[in-house]
Amino acid sequence: MNDSYINVKNQITQAGSWQEKYREIMTLGKELPVLPQELKVDSAIVDGCESNVWLYINFNNEERKLLIAADSDTRIVKGLLSIILYLYSDLTPNQILLIDANKEFEEMALLKHLSPSRGNGIKAILNEINRKAYLMNK
Amino acid sequence: MLDIDKVRKKFPILKQVVNKQPLIYFDSGATSQKPQCVIDSINYFYSNSNSNVHRGIHTLGDRATVSYEEARNKVAKFINAQAKEIVWTKGATESLNLLANGLSNFLHPGDVILISALEHHANIVPWQQVCANTGAILKIIPLDETTEKIKLETTYQLIDLYKPKILSISHASNTLGNIQPITDIIQYSKKYQTITIIDGAQAFMHLRPDMLKLNCDFYVFSAHKSLGPTGLGGLYGKYELLNSLPVYQTGGEMIKSVSFDTSTFTDAPGKFEAGTPNISGVISFGCAIDFMNKIDFLDQKTHEKSLFIYLKSQLEKISGIILYGDLELNIGTISFNYKNEHPFDIATLLDQCGIAVRVGNHCTQPLMRCLNIEGTVRISLAFYNTKNEIQQFIIHLKQCLSLLD
Repeated sequence: MNDSYINVKNQITQAGSWQEKYREIMTLGKELPVLPQELKVDSAIVDGCESNVWLYINFNNEERKLLIAADSDTRIVKGLLSIILYLYSDLTPNQILLIDANKEFEEMALLKHLSPSRGNGIKAILNEINRKAYLMNK
Repeated sequence: MLDIDKVRKKFPILKQVVNKQPLIYFDSGATSQKPQCVIDSINYFYSNSNSNVHRGIHTLGDRATVSYEEARNKVAKFINAQAKEIVWTKGATESLNLLANGLSNFLHPGDVILISALEHHANIVPWQQVCANTGAILKIIPLDETTEKIKLETTYQLIDLYKPKILSISHASNTLGNIQPITDIIQYSKKYQTITIIDGAQAFMHLRPDMLKLNCDFYVFSAHKSLGPTGLGGLYGKYELLNSLPVYQTGGEMIKSVSFDTSTFTDAPGKFEAGTPNISGVISFGCAIDFMNKIDFLDQKTHEKSLFIYLKSQLEKISGIILYGDLELNIGTISFNYKNEHPFDIATLLDQCGIAVRVGNHCTQPLMRCLNIEGTVRISLAFYNTKNEIQQFIIHLKQCLSLLD
């Protein structure tokens, strides 16, 4: 795992209150580059009913790395996307497959955001990243 | 006056602590909480009377059947109808599907089915399917943009214009809480012998509908939104019309005789209850009715109304909050947005405070389009909520909104 992710994770786990923690998450969301309007198309939407999430994953063959771009219309989901990007950025497919995202979210006490009732697509994004990594690793 | 402390003690779940805060349950429109007697009755049934209904020549079978049919009587009495006019289904959605399926036989191409703009998907999609299969046409009573409710005059004009074969509207809106003027609409529809259907899923517990007074042809409801268990609902139908509908599902229980060539069916309600029914659900819903009967309806209404007025006035004081719908005639449900914030963010933060609300389009996407929004935060109150909970909610809400600013 890269240092920038470890930093982010520390910031979240060390937050003194839930207010501070969610403020941190939303600040991370603000750092996430905004997806251009023309890329916010239905075909890029991750299925989910409570918020819109757009996701693009590309594989850079030369560097053997996944390139992920994502955006959401909610602040909290955007923040969670930002965490995911920190978690997976600059990793090879093999390294990605070794990451236990559930464990990471659990350690940040954010596991409930992966629950099926949320419908915010976070779980779907993690699945999609792993699926692409698996295909590239073969 | 409603003894609210006494009432709350009957609902074990309300004592819960969620995210280190006392639970504030403001999502009764999604499903109501259940009193202890309803929970106990399910346990009691399986421990003492479990057996199939309408067929056992043994003591347990008799006991189960008596309790099962007794619950039908209780519901019938509660809504001022006859027991044979009550069909058990698995929910208001199934009741509407049963009606859509049955009534489609009476429709011809060009016939109009009239619904309102405030309908839940369950009172839209089945009719769209019927229209696709029969050539009937679905027409909509529009939302008045200023008042955010339907207008009686417009409704009358549309009834005169279309002379609809079927009119199906909600007693109260699940998203906005609007109590719709159904008594007048039903009355007016008689002019054209329109078959009137009322979706009472939201209204049943709050308004205790009286079938004789309403004079509608059908009324559908869900047990779980009215203190009862999930997986059970009901359909009231004026007997002659109800009994004239063709069967919906077929199988055991609903037949008179079967040969390999043909079968004959029992009369309503039996002919609509194929297979082993949700016996424990029905019996426990009977207990939910007993529970409601013990609460004075006027006390309940007064309490719910005062909660609603208080909540509305508190929300109106927060600058940036936009409230939707009819804020006068309302079952105690308020939908709102805050500035341009996403409802999902507000609800996620509220959850951290132990507050349960619903967000999204509430299965009313067409209504959201009418209001030109994607979704709302919805608070839906019940008689077991308190003024103190609203005070706490407002404090927490302000805190959550400040995190977003």
